[in-house]
Amino acid sequence: MGRLLEVNNLQTQFFTQDGVVQAVNDISFYLDEGETLGIVGESGSGKSVGVMSLIRLIPIPPGKIVGGEVIFDGQNLVKMTDNEIRSVRGNRIGMIFQDPMTSLNPVLTIGRQIMEALELHMGMDKTQSRKRTVELLEKVGISGAADQVDRYPHQFSGGMRQRVMIAMGLSCNPQLLIADEPTTALDVTIQAQIVELVQKLQEDLGMAVIWITHDLGVVAGIADRIIVMYAGQTMEEAPVRELFAKSRHPYTHGLIASLPRLDQRSGKLESIEGLPPDLVDLPKGCPFYARCKYRIPKCDKQRPKLDEISPGHYVACHIDINKDSITTEHPWEEDKE
Amino acid sequence: MFKFIVRRILGFIPVILSVAAITFFASKAIPGGPFDFAGDRSLPEEVVKNLEAKYHLDWPGWKQFTSYMIGDELTIFRTKHEIDDVNVFIEGDKAIVNGNVMLLDNKTLCKESGYIVYGGFTIFDLDTEACGTSQGVIRGDLGPSFRYRARTVNDIINETLPLSAQLGLWSILVGLIIGIPAGIVAALHQNTIWDYLATFVAVMGVSIPSMVLGPVLIVIFANNLGWFPVAQWGAKPPYFENMFLTPGFDWINYFSHAILPVLTLGTGISAVFARLTRASMLQIIREDFIRTARAKGLHEQVVIWRHALRNSLIPVVTILGPLAASLVTGTLIVEQIFGLNGLGKHFVQSISNRDYALVLGTTLLFAVLLVISNLFVDIMYAWLDPRIRLE
Ligand SMILES: Nc1ncnc2c1ncn2[C@@H]1O[C@H](COP(=O)(O)OP(=O)(O)O)[C@@H](O)[C@H]1O
Ligand SMILES: [Mg+2]
Repeated sequence: MGRLLEVNNLQTQFFTQDGVVQAVNDISFYLDEGETLGIVGESGSGKSVGVMSLIRLIPIPPGKIVGGEVIFDGQNLVKMTDNEIRSVRGNRIGMIFQDPMTSLNPVLTIGRQIMEALELHMGMDKTQSRKRTVELLEKVGISGAADQVDRYPHQFSGGMRQRVMIAMGLSCNPQLLIADEPTTALDVTIQAQIVELVQKLQEDLGMAVIWITHDLGVVAGIADRIIVMYAGQTMEEAPVRELFAKSRHPYTHGLIASLPRLDQRSGKLESIEGLPPDLVDLPKGCPFYARCKYRIPKCDKQRPKLDEISPGHYVACHIDINKDSITTEHPWEEDKE
Repeated sequence: MFKFIVRRILGFIPVILSVAAITFFASKAIPGGPFDFAGDRSLPEEVVKNLEAKYHLDWPGWKQFTSYMIGDELTIFRTKHEIDDVNVFIEGDKAIVNGNVMLLDNKTLCKESGYIVYGGFTIFDLDTEACGTSQGVIRGDLGPSFRYRARTVNDIINETLPLSAQLGLWSILVGLIIGIPAGIVAALHQNTIWDYLATFVAVMGVSIPSMVLGPVLIVIFANNLGWFPVAQWGAKPPYFENMFLTPGFDWINYFSHAILPVLTLGTGISAVFARLTRASMLQIIREDFIRTARAKGLHEQVVIWRHALRNSLIPVVTILGPLAASLVTGTLIVEQIFGLNGLGKHFVQSISNRDYALVLGTTLLFAVLLVISNLFVDIMYAWLDPRIRLE
């Protein structure tokens, strides 16, 4: 499997009246062909800005990619001209968004909205693109697709609209699909269907997927690797099993501990106390310092670097909670084998 | 769709009726009457009585209103005694009624059968038996003007509405052509020089009254540069009604008269449209579906044209309805400045003249245009936004 995407030291900021919002602060990661990467972090941690920066979808101004590179299939997307990046968007990199209610244009038929990408990138005429749109809609599980193409988004349920979004994101057979919290706005039962659908399509089409969520539970079953983001930075990155079994970062640890579990009757979920730092005024040390149960004085002074502690497992933390800390039980350790 | 339109039109009837009733009784409630003065002098009581009798003003209010709405024919059956004191001479094609000379043409008068109908009212009857007289609003007869005694309200509207409508429609067109693109440019280049320029011009356009802009344009383009005539649009042909039909229509003459008044009125309108378009465009381009469109790799122009424009025109369409109704029925100030014989002045003057029929006629005309343009707006909504169903 070849390397599809390599992000190095990406930095995105918003220049607002209140100051410079450091939304994405020096993140690096990679993705192989066909692989699934999960990006997890609480709301506001820079997940959306991070992935939208890949295809330069952030609003400029006030946003700006101030540093780093995004090497996709050997080309630096950050350095591309507007025309070049447009030929990547929707074509080689597809994207689906969080809220299917607002992400589709209410005044255009769903067919029109899918066809326009096909006509643009694949040079199809109306008849061809329509035929392919019907096929795509069938593939994402919309029955009677031929009769549905000329309907408007408001005539579909939330789950069906997200299927339409997926059909749109996949229309030009992208090498990479970015899914930005595609299940967050949906009912739990429908969430599972959407996750399953994307997984199945990924098997059929062989594309790589970046799956963003604030819910570690959602990506646990589908991702090969997981990146945990906090305040625009990577806190921990590891293959999925390793992360659940041997998470080293106190923040990851907190996220895992806050997952509901079937085998614990006690019912009380742990949560991480406090709020994330102000991105306009980031602390000099570790951004998680204020909320960390294990903090030491050094954490406040010096920002920890992302170190590879075992092959493929990176952590940005000064301490090793598994060694240094008092007894902390690892909640998922035993079920994950 | 067809059902919707029919249902809406049926719904107009009670609305128009209420407008008519309220206007009628409200205008009667104003102290004074149409015959209080002739010029500066007040008229003798006798004459006023006579005139009031002639126009049925001595009837009780409900009867006046009924006859106005459905016509005399259905309201009363004998009218001889109503007209006893009217003094009439007939000379050939002319009739002299209470000293006013009227032309007997078959549109408004019929003399053959021995009675004279004028503006829907029987004013002279040789036989004891009167025939049906006033046609009533339901048959499109808005009655005689109390002030312009040789003309009916229909005559006045027929004379003045075409010019007012042309002025209004051209100004709206100018407003749309300038305002919408200016609003889009301002929104897409938010907080740049283009935005500030468009916003500045829009604020100027909204705040400079036509009372100032009109004379300024006249001084510059008519007096100093001499490019366009000062006034008198519509005083001579060519008129609008002929312009699409007549071969060899004198466009240059027509537009040289039209351009200054249209610009005077159109500037303010385009400023309104520009501000509305800018505000709604700014909101729409932050919507999620615009981000989706960009994520598809569409060119920015396609994103704006195909995905943003239709959505952002909805507020513009909303004000288009009332705006069209009020502009088409005339704009007093612009018409006065450019010496246009438009309908605008009658809205104002008819009230101070207590010209009840003209007050009612102009108000009804406005009401009808308003409900029709609102129907048009609703149809436009449904076309712009498929979520709106016409039911
Ligand atoms: N257009 C913008 N202007 C200013 N700040 C922004 C803008 N978009 C996002 N941000 C900021 O960037 C940070 C990261 O946002 P985001 O990536 O959307 O978080 P999430 O992880 O929930 O997807 C947030 O603090 C947000 O306030
Ligand atoms: Mg997000």
